[in-house]
This record gives sequence, structure tokens and C-alpha cells, in this order.
Amino acid sequence: MRWFWIDRFEEFVRGKHATAVKNVSLAEEHMHDHFPGVALMPNSLIVEGMAQAAGLLVAEAIDYNRRVVLAKVAGAEFHFDAVPGDTLKFHAEILDLKPAGSLTRVKTTVGDEVQGEAEIFFAHLEPGDGVPKLFEPEELLRWLDQMHIYDVGRDESGQPLTRPDW
Amino acid sequence: MPSRDEIFEKVKAALVDALGVDEDEVSPTATMVGDLGAESIDFLDIVFRLEKAFGIKIPRGELFPEDVLSSTEYVADGKLNAAGLAALKARMPFADLSKFEANPSVQNFANTLTVEDMVRYVQSKVGG
Repeated sequence: MRWFWIDRFEEFVRGKHATAVKNVSLAEEHMHDHFPGVALMPNSLIVEGMAQAAGLLVAEAIDYNRRVVLAKVAGAEFHFDAVPGDTLKFHAEILDLKPAGSLTRVKTTVGDEVQGEAEIFFAHLEPGDGVPKLFEPEELLRWLDQMHIYDVGRDESGQPLTRPDW
Repeated sequence: MPSRDEIFEKVKAALVDALGVDEDEVSPTATMVGDLGAESIDFLDIVFRLEKAFGIKIPRGELFPEDVLSSTEYVADGKLNAAGLAALKARMPFADLSKFEANPSVQNFANTLTVEDMVRYVQSKVGG
């Protein structure tokens, strides 16, 4: 089982920015204990959603050639709690990108209100010994399809993204 | 060209953001690893922040020459040899390596770099 903390992308511009959406639901089991009678989406899991939204944006920008691993979270702030029924939007942008790592900023919103923000720093690891494989290619592609990346994704010149042939 | 103090203040801000340390911990003599707790992944974060703060480009390996420190040509029994020390000095003219020369074990290098070395490095870049 994997934890997926974004439901799909609504826009995705290669190497630049993306918006992903998550519908917060009381059907999610973790809500039942966090907290009984007062269900709140844990901000720690929202950080994971931030990392998934920005991480996929980064991974696509480098053609999935390296393993994009969450390395640091800086300046995370949350202004209110997301609750069942809320639609959380993750607005991710790449601030800087080098072969060895990238710096991104992600804001979450509910309606017009900024719910949270953080800078997420990724290390890009070379595949090889000592670096665990994160996904099988077909499994990754299934996730990308589930995220609608190739439905909404555009490259730098506004053309649809090319779905990898794995 | 910014003054040394202006550079120090911006370097300090970058280190406070990257390492989550307090401003008063970032003194010129503080070591990056020993005093400020920088880990290897932090150095890339610091590179990003210095590039943005000063509008400079920092080529890989220029500020932290990890390739010299991991080269079998330069390292034997965990220590940098004379050729390695010469290579390090050539690559890092901004750093005070005198303490490291007394005990050039690779492990020891992590405690060599200071905040003042960062400031001198940026000075060398912005001063052209």
C-alpha cells in the first residue's frame, strides 16, 4: 500500500509550476482518531502532499532520470486546519533546480484562503547501489496517469506533455 | 561591490534559513558542521540560497570540493596527501586551511569550513 496525499493535478507546466487537488474526507481512517469528534487533516500529512505535488513536478522536469527524495522542509507554516469536506489545493513551484537537487515552494489553499506554506528541498539521487528503487516503471506510470499529468500537463511552449513509453 | 559586513549579513540570513539556527549562533568563527550542524544535504541548500541572495552562479564542487576529498588519487588511509592538499588549496583560495593541514584527515575537513570562509568565498565571486 502507498499513501497518496494528492488526488490529481489540475494544471502542470513542465519545470515551472503545478496545482494538485485533494478532497479531504471523513472516510479516511486517520481522521477517526485525529481527533474523535473533531476530525482534522494532520498538517504532517499535508506536508507529504506538498512533497508529492512538488516532487512529481521536479521528477518530470528531469525526465525521471534520478530519484527525487524529500530532503528538507523549511519555513512550514499553517494558518488553519483542513477538515472533512474541504478541497485542498497544492500550488507548487520550482524555485531552483540543479542536477543534484531542487528547491520548491508549495502553498495550500482552501477556497481563497491560504491554509499552509513551506519550502520543500529535494535531493536527486543517482540510481544505483545503496539507493533504493522507489517505483517500478509501470507502477510509476500508473500513478502519473491516475494524477492526470498527461491530461493537463503542458511543456514550456504550451504543448501537451509526451507520455513516457515505459 | 557590497561591503564585507553586507556580505556577512546576507550569508548569515542564508545560513539561518538553511540550517534553522539562531542569528547569534552565526559568528564568523563558527564552523559549518561542528557549530552550526550542517549536514551534507544542507550544503546544496546553502548553494541555492547564496546564488539567489547574491545573484551569482556557484559551480558544483567549487564551494565544497567533495570530489577532491573522495579521490583515490588524493586520499590514502583517510588522509589527504600532499598532492591532495595542493589541489584543495588551489580550489579553495578563500578558505583558511591552516588547521586542516596539521591533521588532514578527511573526517576532520567537515570541521574546517567556517562562516568567515563562506563570506570570503562570496567576496571572491562578487568582487569579480
